[in-house]
Amino acid sequence: MSKILIVAEHDGARLNPSTSKCVTCASQIGGSAIDVLVLAADGAAVGAEAAAIAGVGKVLVAENAANVEPLAAVLAPQVAKLAAGYSHVFGPSTTYGKDLMPRVAALLGVGQVSDIMAVEGSHAFKRPIYAGNAVLTVEVPAGSVVVATVRVASFAAAAQGGNAAIEKVDAGVPLPAHTRFVSRSSATTGRPDLQSAARVVAGGRALGSADGFKIIYALADRMGAAVGASRAAVDAGYVPNDLQVGQTGKIIAPELYLAIGISGAIQHMTGIKDARTIVAINKDGEAPIFEAADIGLVGDLFTIVPELEKQLGG
Amino acid sequence: MRRIMVGVKRVVDYNVRVRVKPDNTGVVTDGVKMSINPFDEIALEEALRIKEKGLADEVVAVGIGPADAQQQLRTALAMGADRAVLVQTDASVPPLSVARIFRQLIDKEQPFLVLLGKQAIDDDNGQAPQMLAALWDRPQAVSCSKIEIADGKATVTREVDAGLEVLEVDLPAVMSVDLRLNEPRYVKLPDIMKAKKKPLDTLGLGDFGLTDAPAFRTVRVDPPPQRQKGVMVKDVAELVNALKQKGLV
Repeated sequence: MSKILIVAEHDGARLNPSTSKCVTCASQIGGSAIDVLVLAADGAAVGAEAAAIAGVGKVLVAENAANVEPLAAVLAPQVAKLAAGYSHVFGPSTTYGKDLMPRVAALLGVGQVSDIMAVEGSHAFKRPIYAGNAVLTVEVPAGSVVVATVRVASFAAAAQGGNAAIEKVDAGVPLPAHTRFVSRSSATTGRPDLQSAARVVAGGRALGSADGFKIIYALADRMGAAVGASRAAVDAGYVPNDLQVGQTGKIIAPELYLAIGISGAIQHMTGIKDARTIVAINKDGEAPIFEAADIGLVGDLFTIVPELEKQLGG
Repeated sequence: MRRIMVGVKRVVDYNVRVRVKPDNTGVVTDGVKMSINPFDEIALEEALRIKEKGLADEVVAVGIGPADAQQQLRTALAMGADRAVLVQTDASVPPLSVARIFRQLIDKEQPFLVLLGKQAIDDDNGQAPQMLAALWDRPQAVSCSKIEIADGKATVTREVDAGLEVLEVDLPAVMSVDLRLNEPRYVKLPDIMKAKKKPLDTLGLGDFGLTDAPAFRTVRVDPPPQRQKGVMVKDVAELVNALKQKGLV
């Protein structure tokens, strides 16, 4: 039987939805027991949230003042120690998990499976390579601990209603002081979170300027959608980096993705492949985005977007 | 000698449209344009800028790959690296082995900084920098978009899902770089000529006590599932109708 430990992602107060998606992935490994590990300064609230996820057997809470910020160098030795007895250690393929999990794998002396998109068996998984232009099925040797990150866009959130036992643990390992948190800045907007939003309105270089991008925000607000952007729009300085969708930005799976003035480079398409419905608005009818779009509209976005906002208002 | 080690991986050029082999054993690489992994190019550019600011004396480019990976290392030398090391193998080297090779090279080279791309655009693993930092028991800063070095420490800005995170790390350290750190320089013809005279040492996996046995078995490689081609609408009213029919607005 597989015994799976999931390393929870949180901001100190709330559990990140990525954790619940890791539970769904883990539950697809037949006959598995799933525990969640919360590393925090104060893990009470996050631990309780994790315990409410259906399918979780036990929540381990490792409280330590050093865990107040998610520093991989500080968390990894604790995860590696607490992973003893587990056949699998999973984390989300978010910037948090991508930072932490390879460090855990190396401490355990094993390789890592990055970006699980499908479970093929207890030791076999599908994962994207070449920016999603190929899908690799990979098999970890039997008997080896499986350390992996889970591509959150590929799995739905697990149901609520669980009532897992919460247990305090202490890894009892020395923690380094060579890495120190200074600050974190994010443009809080009051809009839905890009990673988990059901609807996303995204703009590209064709918006022309930060000012031009305002019509994207206006449409998103009308629709109750999150705002995203192509790498070109981020590089041009129209919007901050945390709005970037694509291979090197966020990989998302909304119900509706509106790509406005985005040509559809393969690196961008990697980020939206799992969107339920893709709508493309672009003045170039030959743009590659139309190859993947469910609904396409060719025309001037500066005319179309305000008109769309108006018609959706009625 | 204040030294920076940089990883330089040979990968399929990012502009190539990758195709899966008909026998599902991998992707087509024969006759395909190969380049330095774009993130590694950014790492090298950053190392060169740190040296040009007088904060380092030598930049060593390290590649792991086939004999042809010399081409990418020569490009790295032409960009300005002082010397290069190729660990030559035709095998696909998994990230943990890459980390083990770099760990042993660190003992020999004693760098104060190891700069690597945040991921290679072929296997998209994104593991080697973090694994190296673990094996070395040193700080890691992943997905850096700004690096400032002073007084045996570095202040780095990282790209994270929430926005930007700033860390202070003691040196030596491992850093992996993101797209917005810098724009790599173009190589000039005289530099290509000069690069031919720069030292390029070749080692083998055996020099590191490693074999070419894969860590994981590749079961198969498939093309991604294709999305079905959709419909084109002629105006906003049709678009709104289509969205309404799908229950999306």
